[in-house]
Amino acid sequence: MSGDVCIVGIGIHPFGRTDGVSGLDQGVFAVRAALADAGVAWEELQFAYGGSDAAGNPDTMVERLGLTGMQFINVRNGCAAGGSALFSAQMAIKSGEFELGLAVGFDKHPRGAFNALPSEYNLPDWYGDAGYMVTTQFFANKITRYMHLHGISRRTLGLVAEKAFRNAVHAPHAWRREPVALEEILDGAMVSDPYSKYMFCSPAEGGVALILASEKKARELGKPLIRLKAAAMRTRPPKSFEVFAPSVEIGGGTATATQIASAAAFEMAGIGPKDIAIAQLQDTEAGAEIMHMAENGFCKDGDQEAWLAEGRTEIGGALPVNTDGGCLACGEPIGASGLRQVYENVVQLRGAGGGRQVPGEPRTAYTHVYGAPGVSAVTILER
Amino acid sequence: MRAIAEGIWTNESEPRLIGGLDPETGRVVFPCPPGGDYQPHTLSRTGTLWSYTIQRFRPKSPPYAGPEAFQPWAVGYVELPGEVIVESRIVDVAFEDIAIGMPLELTLVPLDPDAPEPVLIHAFKPLGQTTGAAA
Repeated sequence: MSGDVCIVGIGIHPFGRTDGVSGLDQGVFAVRAALADAGVAWEELQFAYGGSDAAGNPDTMVERLGLTGMQFINVRNGCAAGGSALFSAQMAIKSGEFELGLAVGFDKHPRGAFNALPSEYNLPDWYGDAGYMVTTQFFANKITRYMHLHGISRRTLGLVAEKAFRNAVHAPHAWRREPVALEEILDGAMVSDPYSKYMFCSPAEGGVALILASEKKARELGKPLIRLKAAAMRTRPPKSFEVFAPSVEIGGGTATATQIASAAAFEMAGIGPKDIAIAQLQDTEAGAEIMHMAENGFCKDGDQEAWLAEGRTEIGGALPVNTDGGCLACGEPIGASGLRQVYENVVQLRGAGGGRQVPGEPRTAYTHVYGAPGVSAVTILER
Repeated sequence: MRAIAEGIWTNESEPRLIGGLDPETGRVVFPCPPGGDYQPHTLSRTGTLWSYTIQRFRPKSPPYAGPEAFQPWAVGYVELPGEVIVESRIVDVAFEDIAIGMPLELTLVPLDPDAPEPVLIHAFKPLGQTTGAAA
């Protein structure tokens, strides 16, 4: 195939809690919105990749959308499910096999923290019995170490959360759309020190669909060309410190799945961190956004303290981060979360962000997801 | 009282955690994985605190098997010099006194002290401290 894979249609079902609507139906809602946005019919799609962690088999949505006999492959890849669906969809087009298809992700999780079981992660049962299968413990341990090494203050964690809720006010698909004052964030009920309840995202519900086309097909459809310049998914390297780790190598925490996914994506796109105008970075907790700024190459370890104080990651800053409030404000439906970031970037590159629009007609946008047990997926879009 | 599982620590008066040594790379992990790739490898009883947090809510059951009535507890990672960094409860120290770098030693504590037959889990306490001296 010559040219780039392009995103020609986007759709989203609002994130949060939607009682009475299944995760799959939220995915169907998103697909219909994406088809309308692209101006194509379901019957025209040649293939689909669908990601869901806890809301059933994505391919069963053909029952709702039409029994066209299309190829539909389910992806279950932990927190990288959405990113993996997108990666697979773009490969299907890049290979020349197809020219128009779908990447869709949705989920619907029960309230409260995820309750993963040790056997799902190749760990002994005692590890769960003793109370260690808790993702929030890992995130808190990782940021405590990072703050100690790199001089990040707890106030900076609060600034990240404050920004998330403030940005989400202008994002119709976000869940928590009321601003929260910094003092309330810092003084909120503690979940896992140093994090208060406002500094963690919650498992949630939602659906996102993206219609992908070859460049030739995108031109035929007459759509603005939003090019997918890179999509990379990586697993953990040696010396990493990841979710559900009963032990870490000496000197661990210095290498991450995110670093290698990011480096691979920049190499594919032929650009570097300084060329990126907007970034959506995994912010399951406030500190994740801080650490991921450095792991993705946007700043040095420790520089985040100044970046946040100076507002460099605000909508009008040098590098706006999580313009729709990220996971902190949208919640995390695992299968949909990574695709939400791409959705938001397409909105921004089209200049359709309304009150949250990044000024200056941004041309490049970056997404990053991270999750158990040490997986990361990155995309780079260009207009 | 019995251990929460076999093979986590040695059966001695001063028990030691049992890690796994990869004979090809020299890499040490904890616990020792099943199968033949790793050799059981006893670990140092003392180390320093690498990181920590306070678990402020009761983890979901399953899999958590601790008491229904929940009291927050400290959980962190302890660096055993030259060996490996292990995840563990941190006990016998007030939360506000916990600090990265503090010297620690291995101890065993009941998962649920009020259970009819409590099981023991591994924990680290301040080096030289008598068990039960602090909340």
